[in-house]
Amino acid sequence: MVINMQPAVETRWERYQPGVNDFALMVATENGSGSQTSNVVLIRSLFKMGIPVSGKNLFPSNIKGLPTWYTIRASKDGYTARRATTEVAIAFNQDTITEDIATMPSGGVLITNKDLKYRVDRADVTVYELPVKAIMAQGEFPKDFADRIANMVYVGVCCQLFDIPIDIAYSALLDQFNGKEKPAKMNFAAVQLAYDWAKVNLVKQDSLRFEPMNETAGKILIEGNDAGAIGALFGGLTVVAWYPITPSTSLVDNILNHMHLRKDPETGLSTVAVVQAEDELAAIGMIIGAGWAGARSMTATSGPGISLMAEFTGLAYFAEIPTVIWDITRMGPSTGLPTRTSQGDLLFLYTLSHGDTRHIVLLPGNAEECFEFGWRSLDIAEQMQTPVFVMSDLDLGMNLWLSNPFTYPETPINHGKTLDKAKLEAFFEEKNEWFRYRDYDGDGIPYRTTPGTEHTRAAYFTRGTGHNDMAVYSERADDWMENMTRLRHKFETARTVVPKPITHYDAAKRIGIISYGTNDPAVLEARDHMAASGIETNYLRVRALPLNQEVWDFIDQHDRVYVVENNFDGQLWQILRMESPFAQSNLIALALGDTLPMTARWLHGKIVEHEEAL
Amino acid sequence: MANALGLERADYRGGKSTLCPGCGHDSISNQIISMAYDLNLPMWKVIKLSGIGCSSKTPAYFLKGSHGFNSVHGRMPSVATGATLANHDLIAIAVSGDGDTGSIGLGQYKHLIRRNVPVVYIIENNGVYGLTKGQFSATADEGQFLKYYGKNDLPPIDLCLEAVIGGATFVGRSFSGDAKQVQALLKAAVAHRGTAVLDIVSPCVTFNNAPESTKSYPYGQDHEIRLHDIEILAPGYVAPKPEIAVGDYDDGQVIEVEMHDGTFVRLKKLEAGHDPRSRSEAMTVLDKAGRENLLLTGLIYYEEPRPTLGETLNLTATPLAHLDDSRLRPSADTLASLMQKYA
Repeated sequence: MVINMQPAVETRWERYQPGVNDFALMVATENGSGSQTSNVVLIRSLFKMGIPVSGKNLFPSNIKGLPTWYTIRASKDGYTARRATTEVAIAFNQDTITEDIATMPSGGVLITNKDLKYRVDRADVTVYELPVKAIMAQGEFPKDFADRIANMVYVGVCCQLFDIPIDIAYSALLDQFNGKEKPAKMNFAAVQLAYDWAKVNLVKQDSLRFEPMNETAGKILIEGNDAGAIGALFGGLTVVAWYPITPSTSLVDNILNHMHLRKDPETGLSTVAVVQAEDELAAIGMIIGAGWAGARSMTATSGPGISLMAEFTGLAYFAEIPTVIWDITRMGPSTGLPTRTSQGDLLFLYTLSHGDTRHIVLLPGNAEECFEFGWRSLDIAEQMQTPVFVMSDLDLGMNLWLSNPFTYPETPINHGKTLDKAKLEAFFEEKNEWFRYRDYDGDGIPYRTTPGTEHTRAAYFTRGTGHNDMAVYSERADDWMENMTRLRHKFETARTVVPKPITHYDAAKRIGIISYGTNDPAVLEARDHMAASGIETNYLRVRALPLNQEVWDFIDQHDRVYVVENNFDGQLWQILRMESPFAQSNLIALALGDTLPMTARWLHGKIVEHEEAL
Repeated sequence: MANALGLERADYRGGKSTLCPGCGHDSISNQIISMAYDLNLPMWKVIKLSGIGCSSKTPAYFLKGSHGFNSVHGRMPSVATGATLANHDLIAIAVSGDGDTGSIGLGQYKHLIRRNVPVVYIIENNGVYGLTKGQFSATADEGQFLKYYGKNDLPPIDLCLEAVIGGATFVGRSFSGDAKQVQALLKAAVAHRGTAVLDIVSPCVTFNNAPESTKSYPYGQDHEIRLHDIEILAPGYVAPKPEIAVGDYDDGQVIEVEMHDGTFVRLKKLEAGHDPRSRSEAMTVLDKAGRENLLLTGLIYYEEPRPTLGETLNLTATPLAHLDDSRLRPSADTLASLMQKYA
């Protein structure tokens, strides 16, 4: 199993010249060998040097033994999309070394573990061979850790070869071990040995190097799942039920890591309940029960879990119960590729469950938005009294991203039209009645009470069966139609409530791009390259379903619009065509869905190809 | 006559039942109404939960002043788990059936028990699927005949045995025709802290009421064997002597169990005598009942409850659903200092 890391170079992408702070490394190791620590130390080091950096972990669905590739991209221009071409290959995996060498770009730099069996038959690359065992033998490492620490050898060599100050690497190690000096020092000893060895034994033959910049000052480095967890905790989350599934697991892990934020300072007791359920069927049942009873509840899952949650989601939609469901998407159908990224669940989430259902889906495109949608989704769920999906993906959720620090929520917690005892009394005083599903405000959103409200008329009966606006079971056609019409009206209201798109617009440009989520860095980079070759584009990034008016306006403003997404079927394109109030012949689907984060080069190639064919 | 809350028994009723006349489930709903009236339960504090099926319709037929939730098939336990986590002050009464619990919901049933979610879990057990017109359920007798399918070749699942094995701390079995016992067990179950399972044989008069069916009225009326006479003594009762330890229990003696709210359950052992405080004895009794097709009713198993799920999770005393917003959102300074760790 080898990932196609180096697809054929498309034409018309202007000749790229790697240079200072502008190249990418690829580290090929064995899964479970501890290389993740080494790779993150390299990323953190570049971050600390002020260089815009991004990392992509392309790992197998396996605990130990299968090949894993980690790409690290430094970009002085601030581009953080995945790059298919990586100038530096660190080939430390016996199983893939032959292919890793064969697929290197010409002019690249190859760093190998000399203890492996391989042959370099590439005259067009610079080769540095590291006797890892011999280097490690110079130090004294606890036997149990020696193998894992051996991956620090390439960190030390990279510091030497590419001018990463070694004290910065130590500082990155300290961060990685949460300030614990003992493991940091133990790992650093290997870094130092390799650094010193390289200084004496390697002659620098390539021109790649890093130098300090000032482009990361005030920024943070964080995974999307961590950002989402923090957002939820600042959003008043009170009940989490979940079932472990890659790549969503770290979202709940991070909620647990940050639980101190929500412990009562005096008693040490928690204001958040986290339950590992027996399956996703139970996880969603729990958060719906909790949302019904007044909690701010959520779960995190991925595609297979979403499939299992379909029936309950329909109940929550129809009975109008707030809850939040994070879908950290991976490749489907079926078990698919659990450790590869995708945007393949969009259409499924939008209409999840049988019957005529429609759901709100928030689409974060970066870590800041994972934080923001973390708290905002809980507000929207209570405000709209419905399940709210947040669709992130493996790339955003599990990789480190350069981000602005998070902005504290600008609005207080929103419980929507929830009537406590006092509000219910006031409501009766004003209206002389209260019925659970009656539309009093003309926005489709009814008023609700929660169990435990000390009022003789607070109770109502919640059901997934047909009901009238008094929450009474009904099989009457007119009751059914009235209820569905109101639910549709409520959904129209949602268009004005969900986050609006981010738009880059200039009336002079006639070509538009619509995309969402983690395609953002690739779109931004591709637009710059296209502009350089005379193709000027506007760009709208959708941040939620249902689509807001701004999206239709954007489409209307352009001769043609490329709908760019990372799934096979072009699912947003389908939704646009399904809902567009006018002819949609100007919508062009550019759907990828090849298991990997989108590259700017792919998008550039596609649009140029299409434009030139016009 | 009004109870201590000034409510009449009729105030505890719900909507009109749409079940078949004579359905055992309606008798159980009636006993729930009587229990709530007798115990002066404030309806606003009670939640009624159910899955799907005939039994699961019944929460609409009692305690109209309580929030009810008729959820999805077999997965009411998860809804109960979430609701009681959100608000641990709620008194949860859950109604399920043998299909809802014994087939589609068996997994959730066992996990609810394992977590000791504080809920009275009533199984209205008639051995048959009523709403879909007469298929065997997983509790149907082995070898019995029904019009829909003919002979049932599979052995029944004993939901009380599953509960005891699964770690339940309160397990009772009764017969809907035995109103007095049903009500006594309901009162004890409400006083219990944690999952209280009540498996109540509740005949389906339409699809499974032939005298040879162990889930029928005639069979229950002729064959019910009560393990005890049960008396419920409201909180405030002072036990005349220290509680008798397991093993000291002799024929003819009375056993008293104090529930966490101060309610005493007094069991007077009858001929088939049984000490519910012994897990092994509970399993033996259930095994014997299963093998010999005996309808043994009463408190099958009781133990001092383990911590409830909310207690296990160390949640605040204030129910999560009632926390002030200031306790739900950490401060801006907290966010700023957290951001420093990622810089």
